[in-house]
Amino acid sequence: MSTTETTAAGIGPVEGAAVYNVDNPAPVIEAPRKRTRKTPKSTRGNFELYGWLFMRLSGVVLVVLVLGHLLIQLVLDGGVSKIGFAFVAGRWASPFWQLWDLAMLWLAMLHGCNGLRTVVNDYAERANTRLWLKALLYTATVFTILLGTLVIFTFDPNIR
Amino acid sequence: MPAGTLYRGREGMWSWVAHRVTGVLIFFFLFVHVLDTALVRVSPEDYDKVVATYKTPIVACLEYGLVAAILFHALNGLRVIAVDFWAKGPRYQKQMLWTVVGVWIVLMLGAIYPVLGHAAREVFGS
Ligand code: HEM
Ligand code: HEM
Repeated sequence: MSTTETTAAGIGPVEGAAVYNVDNPAPVIEAPRKRTRKTPKSTRGNFELYGWLFMRLSGVVLVVLVLGHLLIQLVLDGGVSKIGFAFVAGRWASPFWQLWDLAMLWLAMLHGCNGLRTVVNDYAERANTRLWLKALLYTATVFTILLGTLVIFTFDPNIR
Repeated sequence: MPAGTLYRGREGMWSWVAHRVTGVLIFFFLFVHVLDTALVRVSPEDYDKVVATYKTPIVACLEYGLVAAILFHALNGLRVIAVDFWAKGPRYQKQMLWTVVGVWIVLMLGAIYPVLGHAAREVFGS
């Protein structure tokens, strides 16, 4: 049986099967959007899909990290009144809370950055405005993530 | 009108608008928040001086607003995730929104004393 392309009038070329033969009396109609040898290889990739997925996955994790953070900072143990250098020194003495803050910093900044990218794409109509707003957004995001990471890792309780 | 601002109205649109506004607000807060926390690398006195403003009655009200924004964004975010991944999510999106609003109101009532209590004591004396 031939597996090369065969053309029948009105159907166009179909890959993989001869259109009419004894075993296959009805014409084969290729599924719409089927990936074939003729599909262009370089599609645009799945960046937006991964971005969409990241918003949801990071969101679930952030519920725990951020609401836990707010509970500790604003509600437990005297609320906001207890916060000060000594309090931060006590918390960052523990690798657990360092890691907590680090994960919260990275996830919240990347989640917020990707969210704002969508907002810029929606409202900035001129290509140039979009370009500059996004350049500003990415600069601020990279700066904030690096600064926050540096502060967590180089924190010195005996700075004085 | 710019693309992206038109939608079908009603609950679906307004929850989306609120989700967007709160998300942007939280991002700007976080930017400033990492800057003020970075003061622990400068000097304990400077950090304590800036954090003292966090304890004033006016800023306490802003903190209550921040809690309101985050709680709504978090709860509604979970609703959006449910709409996307739960087979029956789209059918129950409206009920889920009112559940979000209900839980949000309860949590906001619960947050009044912890977040605003110290401010009230300062303003009204105790
Ligand atoms: C008004 C409410 C808040 C207060 C009083 C507060 C207080 C603090 C304090 C005292 C620290 C120092 C480290 C520690 O104790 O863990 C800190 C760090 C941090 N907070 Fe908050 N926070 C608040 C809201 C938030 C929110 C809403 C977010 C996320 C969206 C957040 C994200 C972070 C991050 C990422 C760090 C680490 C900063 C760094 O790496 O330098 N905070 N916060
Ligand atoms: C607390 C847990 C959080 C959850 C569950 C959550 C969930 C979500 C979800 C599911 C989306 C996608 C909405 C969509 O595609 O229509 C989203 C968008 C967004 N989030 Fe969050 N998020 C959280 C925290 C944060 C934080 C801390 C920030 C800021 C740093 C933030 C800023 C944004 C922004 C700016 C958008 C884009 C809004 C839009 O495109 O309309 N979110 N969030």
